[in-house]
Amino acid sequence: MAKIKLIHLAHARSGDKGDTANVGLIALEPSFYPILVENVTAARVKEHFRGICFGDVERFEIPNLGALNFLLHKSLDGGGTISLKTDAQGKTYSSALLRMEIDVDDRLSKEILGG
Amino acid sequence: MKKVRIANGQGFWGDSLEAPVELVRRGPIHYLTLDYLAEVTMSIMQKQRARDPRAGYARDFVGLIERVLPDVVEKEITVIANAGGVNCDACRDALLGVVKRQGYGGRVKVGVVAGDDIMDRLDRLIERGNTLENMDTGQPLAEVRSRVQSANVYFGARPVAEALGKGARIVITGRCTDSGLTLAPMIHEFNWPADAWDLLAAGTIAGHTIECGAQCTGGNCLIDWETIPNLADIGYPIVEAGPEGSFVITKHEGTGGRVTVASIKEQLVYEMGDPREYITPDCIADFTTIKLEQEGPDRVRFSGVKGRPATAMYKVSVSYSAGFKAIGSLVYAWPDAYKKARAADGVLRERLERLGLKFDEVLTEFVGVDACHGPLSGEPSPDLAEVALRIGVRSDDKATVERFTREMAPLVLNGPPTVTGFAGGRPKVEEIVAYWPALINKSEVAPQVSISEA
Repeated sequence: MAKIKLIHLAHARSGDKGDTANVGLIALEPSFYPILVENVTAARVKEHFRGICFGDVERFEIPNLGALNFLLHKSLDGGGTISLKTDAQGKTYSSALLRMEIDVDDRLSKEILGG
Repeated sequence: MKKVRIANGQGFWGDSLEAPVELVRRGPIHYLTLDYLAEVTMSIMQKQRARDPRAGYARDFVGLIERVLPDVVEKEITVIANAGGVNCDACRDALLGVVKRQGYGGRVKVGVVAGDDIMDRLDRLIERGNTLENMDTGQPLAEVRSRVQSANVYFGARPVAEALGKGARIVITGRCTDSGLTLAPMIHEFNWPADAWDLLAAGTIAGHTIECGAQCTGGNCLIDWETIPNLADIGYPIVEAGPEGSFVITKHEGTGGRVTVASIKEQLVYEMGDPREYITPDCIADFTTIKLEQEGPDRVRFSGVKGRPATAMYKVSVSYSAGFKAIGSLVYAWPDAYKKARAADGVLRERLERLGLKFDEVLTEFVGVDACHGPLSGEPSPDLAEVALRIGVRSDDKATVERFTREMAPLVLNGPPTVTGFAGGRPKVEEIVAYWPALINKSEVAPQVSISEA
C-alpha cells in the first residue's frame, strides 16, 4: 500500500450554512469514486478536521456525480456574521480536505503519481 | 421544441456590475435573473428604510435598468430580480420613473411580488403558536424577540410566474428563493402544473446551478483552474430549458470561462445539505437523480431529475442584533516574522487583560501561516518573508470592543519590531446582525402579486 493525498484523486468545493460547513468531494475519475467511498469516511473526516470541526460530521453519497458531501457541524466559529474567522464561510475547507492522505495499492499510486 | 434561455447576471449583492449588461448585449437570452439578497441584507435594508422611507431596496438594480432598458425592450427580455428588499413599492416607483424618463411608458409592465415581510406581524404570529424556532439550535424566537431587526418569508417560483402571466416585463420580489427566480419562467413558459414534481425539481436544480453566477462557468473552479481561459471576460451562466424538464447550462459564445461536467459538479455540491432533499417552497429536488453529459463545448446537459411534493412550510429568514465585533491586523516582516507576530499577540492579550476587558471571544489568526487551514497547515517555514497578525474580538458591550480597537495601533511603536500595515487606521467596530433560520406554515402567509405601468 502507498499513501496518497486526496488532491490526486478528487476536486472539491465548500460553503456554509450557519455554523456548518459543507465540503463536496468529487472524484477526478469514475474509478476513484469507490476508493473515496471506502476510505473517506465521516469518522476519518472528523479526525482530519480536529481543531477546526467541533461537532459531528455527516456524510452523503452522490454516486451519479461521483461525489461525497460532508457536513461539518460547529466548524465556523459561530458562522455567518458572528464568526471572527478569515474564512467565516468555510470556502477553503475544500482544499483542506484534499490534504488528507489515504492508502491505495502501489500500482494505482504509481499510475497517478508516476515513477 | 420550444427553448427558453434564462441567464443569471448577479450571484449576490456586490457581484459584477457589468455581467448583466454583457448578458443582455452579447447574445440571445429571454430572461435575465438577478439575486441581490444575502442572508442578512434584509436587516441592512430595514435600517436604510428607517432613515429614509424611500430606501430599503437594491438601488444597484435601478442603475442597471437605466443602462439596459433599451435592450430589454427591443429584444423583449424579461428581467426578474429579488431587488425589492424590504421596500418593493419604492423600488417599483424608482423603476417606473426610469421607464417614463426613457420614453417607454405604456410598453413596460412592472410586476411586484410582496407579502414576504412579516416583521410587523411577528408578535401576532408568535401568539398564534408559530414559535419560529431556530432550525440549527432549536431555540424559540421569543428568546431574542427584542433584538429582531427583520423577518421575511422565502417565497418560491409560483408568485413570480403569476406576475409573468400578467405580462410583467420586469418582476421584482422581496425575499424569494434564488432558484425560484429561474424556475418561474419555466413554469410560465411551459405551463408546468403545481404537482409536476419532477419538472419543478429540474427547474429548481437549474436555478441552483446558475444562482451563484459565474461559479458554474469557471469562476472559483478548482479543477484545472490555471487553464480556464480568459477569466477577465468570464461569461455568466445561461440555462437553455425545454418543456420536458431537460436543460443545458451554457454561456455566450466568445466569453471567457469554462462549462464542463466537472465545473458544473463543483457548483452542484456548493452549500449542499442532504443531496436527496433540496427543499424549496415549490418542491423537493433530488440531486442523486441528475444525469450530466457534455453535449458540446461549454454545454452541459442535465436530465433524469426527480422531485417529490413540496412541504407545508415556508422558510423564514430572521435577522437579529447579536453584539459587536472588531477585527484588526498588523504585518510583521522577516526575520522571525511568525515569532514576532505571536509575541505581539501575547503582548496585546496581556494589555487587554490588564484593562479588565471581558470579551465573548478573542480570536487570533496568522495570515500566511494558518488562517485558512488551521492545524492542517503544517509547520511554517522558519524563513517566512512576512506574516499578518489578525485579531478579532466579540462582545455584547460596544465600549469594550471600542477599547480593543485603541490597543491595536500602539503595537507599531511599543511592541515587537519590523511591523507595518496600519495605514487603514483603527479597526472598525461593527454591529453583528446575525441570521436566524426558521420555518412557518404556508397557511400563515400569502404572496401578493401586483402589476404597474408607467
